[in-house]
Amino acid sequence: MKVLQVIDTAYRCTIEEQDDPVVWITHVMKGAGGDLSLLLVNYAVKGQDASGLAFGDRKQSQPPHIDRDIQKLASKGVPVYLIQEDLAERGIRPDELVDGVERIGRSSVAGLFGKFDHIWHW
Amino acid sequence: MADKKTLTFSIMDAPYENARTVTALRLIDIAAKRGYNVNVFAYEGAVALSFTKQAAHPNAVHDHDVDQEDHPLPNEWIAAILRSAEAKGGKVDWINCGLCVDERGVNESVVGTRRGTPGDLWKAAAASDGTLVIGAK
Repeated sequence: MKVLQVIDTAYRCTIEEQDDPVVWITHVMKGAGGDLSLLLVNYAVKGQDASGLAFGDRKQSQPPHIDRDIQKLASKGVPVYLIQEDLAERGIRPDELVDGVERIGRSSVAGLFGKFDHIWHW
Repeated sequence: MADKKTLTFSIMDAPYENARTVTALRLIDIAAKRGYNVNVFAYEGAVALSFTKQAAHPNAVHDHDVDQEDHPLPNEWIAAILRSAEAKGGKVDWINCGLCVDERGVNESVVGTRRGTPGDLWKAAAASDGTLVIGAK
């Protein structure tokens, strides 16, 4: 079974969870033997910094590092796809992206979907 | 039933937050009533759906006391779906993400549900005729 995880909603509870729940579950299912890929947008930008949060004297010591988690997924052999037009619309340059991600054109998305048994749209 | 289907759902919304929850439960209920085998992986806030300490309340806007209001509790709906599945010869395997349960302190869950991991979602989906993920937005 091949599954493409589509992360449609970025920064969903990332501060509370200290990660993205779909990126996290992809890591765990990959560890359980799953054959997964990922399609996303903003998370692949290097150097995102969510540190510094504190409420009163309670500081968040482990802020999310989504770019690190994406990089780790790619290094585990999980293909990570980005849509070129989405990047351009947001002014994200290729040199700002983590290593190992693949940019595809919007017109290629249907073909990409066709390569998977399941599309899980989160 | 030779053509008995097995369906898997992953849901993510917390109770009392979004119409997606009721829609998901409608789909699960229909499948249960058809005698299908259904796997549900409750992720993030959805683990609170089966929390048994939910409590009904009165509603002053409706001029109802607690009995008159008869406020629905998601845990009661889930228990009813499990009973419905059993009566129809199917099974609902309701799996709550264990870490998500711990984060929220909602360990007390409807009898017949269980804790699990994302690996259970993967296995359930691989063994199913169809899988639907309903993420929080």
